[in-house]
Amino acid sequence: MSKTILTVDDSRTMRDMLLLALSDAGYRVLQAQDGMHGLEVLQQEMPDVIVTDINMPRLDGFGFIEGVRRDSKHRAVPILVLTTESDTDKKDRARRAGATGWIVKPFDPAKLVAAIRRVAA
Amino acid sequence: MDPMAAIRETFFQECEEQLAELESGLLAIEAGDSDPETVNAVFRAVHSIKGGAGAFSLDDLVRFAHVFETTLDHVRAGRLAATPETLKVMLRAADILSDLVRAAREGTAVDEARCAALADELRALDPNGGVEEEDDLSDLNFQPVLVQLDGLDDLDDFELTSDPRHVFHIKFKPRPSLYAKANEAALVLRDLRELGELKVACDASDLPHLTEIDPEGAYLCWDMELTTDKDETAVREVFEFVAWDCDLEITQEGAEGAASGADADAEVAALLALVRGADQNDGEPVSAGVTESAMTGATEEPPAAQVVPLPVKQAAKAAEGELKAASPTIRVDLDRVDRLINLVGELVINQAMLSQRVLEAGLARASAVAVGLDELEQLTREIQDSVMAIRAQPVKSVFQRMPRLVREIAAITGKSVRLVTDGEATEVDKTVIERLADPLTHMIRNAIDHGLESPEKRIAAGKPEEGLVRLSALHRSGRIVIEVSDDGAGINRPRVKSIAVEKGLIAADAQLSDDEIDNLIFLPGFSTASEISDISGRGVGMDVVKRSIQALGGRISIASRPGHGSTFTMSLPLTLAVLDGMVVTVAGQTLVVPLTAIVETLQPKDSEVHGLGDNARVISIRNKFTPLIDVGRELSYRASAADPMASVALLVETEGGGRSALLVDAIQGQRQVVIKSLEANYQHVPGIAAATILGDGRVALILDVDAVVATSRVEPAFFDDAMAAVG
Repeated sequence: MSKTILTVDDSRTMRDMLLLALSDAGYRVLQAQDGMHGLEVLQQEMPDVIVTDINMPRLDGFGFIEGVRRDSKHRAVPILVLTTESDTDKKDRARRAGATGWIVKPFDPAKLVAAIRRVAA
Repeated sequence: MDPMAAIRETFFQECEEQLAELESGLLAIEAGDSDPETVNAVFRAVHSIKGGAGAFSLDDLVRFAHVFETTLDHVRAGRLAATPETLKVMLRAADILSDLVRAAREGTAVDEARCAALADELRALDPNGGVEEEDDLSDLNFQPVLVQLDGLDDLDDFELTSDPRHVFHIKFKPRPSLYAKANEAALVLRDLRELGELKVACDASDLPHLTEIDPEGAYLCWDMELTTDKDETAVREVFEFVAWDCDLEITQEGAEGAASGADADAEVAALLALVRGADQNDGEPVSAGVTESAMTGATEEPPAAQVVPLPVKQAAKAAEGELKAASPTIRVDLDRVDRLINLVGELVINQAMLSQRVLEAGLARASAVAVGLDELEQLTREIQDSVMAIRAQPVKSVFQRMPRLVREIAAITGKSVRLVTDGEATEVDKTVIERLADPLTHMIRNAIDHGLESPEKRIAAGKPEEGLVRLSALHRSGRIVIEVSDDGAGINRPRVKSIAVEKGLIAADAQLSDDEIDNLIFLPGFSTASEISDISGRGVGMDVVKRSIQALGGRISIASRPGHGSTFTMSLPLTLAVLDGMVVTVAGQTLVVPLTAIVETLQPKDSEVHGLGDNARVISIRNKFTPLIDVGRELSYRASAADPMASVALLVETEGGGRSALLVDAIQGQRQVVIKSLEANYQHVPGIAAATILGDGRVALILDVDAVVATSRVEPAFFDDAMAAVG
């Protein structure tokens, strides 16, 4: 059975790119527009991996990751953070919030899938 | 379409939205909005543009957005105050960003010098003053990739000259935090195995008795021997996500300073000490066994000693953001909406025909069919209104382009200008909005270039140095009224008149009222600018503005007070698709008069109508003389004047506020009609606004009331001369 990936990003462009790359790689893709929306989606779905942006309205990536880690149902889901640059500070904060790993934007599909494979059982 | 091309298109659409958000956010901050979410939204807009641009390798855009983003980040973090000066630079930066987006979209060139200059201005705002620092940072972005590639290159070289196989001894002891972040030791082992031949020994000696096991604990430790042709960088990369949450020791067999068996015990002791202290100290986990040279460039992360606590504010912000949830929207192709509107238009016509047929069939008004038809009519109207509402959009999308224009023209003219906008939320049909941008742009240019005085003159006149241009929109009796006003010198009437005489637009001895003089600027061929500047026009004058407004079924009028400024008022239909009209008969023809123009209808009496010269007549309505216009003669349906006593007069109000009475033969009724453009199907006909299809299936023309009134009024000599001069 194909794995389900939840992508959380406020940018339509980025959501579309993730969708294209991930569905080409055979994943089922769920989409959320911000952290708050992401948590809502999680109430009904059990994704295998979550890919999230950091800068988002309503609830940003840090808050979203913390929210997922607090949720007993989803706390064990690997979360990959999308960062625009290899910003140490941001990665560090994401890690502290409970992120599993990160993907540096701009990503190519191979890089994205490799990162997902690295954390997906 | 190629999926990437579609995404690229999405990106540019999104850029437009983000640029709009950026500008309105900056303007809000300029106006005193101190909500941190506003700054956040502005930052996010630039950040997203940069992110998307990176995906499409739009390097110019990425570079500029990065500098801009850095500045905004300083503002966001409170390191840089949002002073008026700072905001001015940032607003101009937003303009440049918008240019760069357009250039990227259209593949055109950008003014690189201007971009670079503004990027420098942005960097100069940096509280660290760190131009160099910025450059370092941007280099850093690409470093991880570069280093890895270098490593691989080195490896290739290496392979040619010596044995490519290395043996690594890896000691890997995960901490509980590794599992808490959903990392999995087994996956790390799986990835290691992909690198080469892996011998794994699991050390379960720490595993406590089953009853004492903490399910969230980490008790296992792995000793591994990896034989691979990859170098240490590749091995470390496997541990990229877990490096902070484990004790890791990687030693290369045969590498200088490698740990020998003798001091292994000491190392283990040191390691144990580290493990015990791990909970309190989330510090550098890499032990002493790794050589200095192997460390260099191997990881992109500096020692994780500097720990930034997550600000508590974050949660508060998030909670606050929750309140600002946008209402859900969908994007629909405009063509589909247009098709729907057309179909509903046909439905309305069809429904009207049906009603008429039922009436003709002689069915009683109270019959079930007639009652059902009434309901159908109501529903049709509601459907039509709802469909129209889909196309309605706030004028904001046009209004928000104006601040930039004002800034640019202010900069060129050296005038200081403040733009105040009002009623941005006023909704109007999308087609109207699209065609509003050009005339509005021109009017604003005009207001600043010609309307406002130079700062010196303003001060001399006792006015504030900063000129005011006000742009407002409001709904008035089924139309949208847009006003552009300035507090400048007003129209210089003697000058306007002398120019008009000079250009042969009016006779030298023409006696004109102030209002008439003001309206001269709308005449074709009139331009007050002695030279054609690139500001107020690419050679176009107010006549072009007037024509484009008229093409939209709108009117434009001007009110000016010397020394106090001018106000241009445009009135436009809310939609270009339907119209409430009065159906009238003129010389055997059926015409529709827009209901919005009609004030009242009356039956002229002999005593009220007075002749004025050869052709003109006036009618006295409540003791006020009003021009009486014979529609049949104006449209050349007949040569002789109609008998007022056998006709009906429609008292209409024109855009300028003047009243006239239109003489028609009879009134048939009142009806909502679907507008069918005459220009699209035939050509423009003076005095006729459009056409429609009536209930009986016949075509009727819709009267352009203002045009009819205007042509009948300006029959005095000068207009003919003017037309001759122009034509």
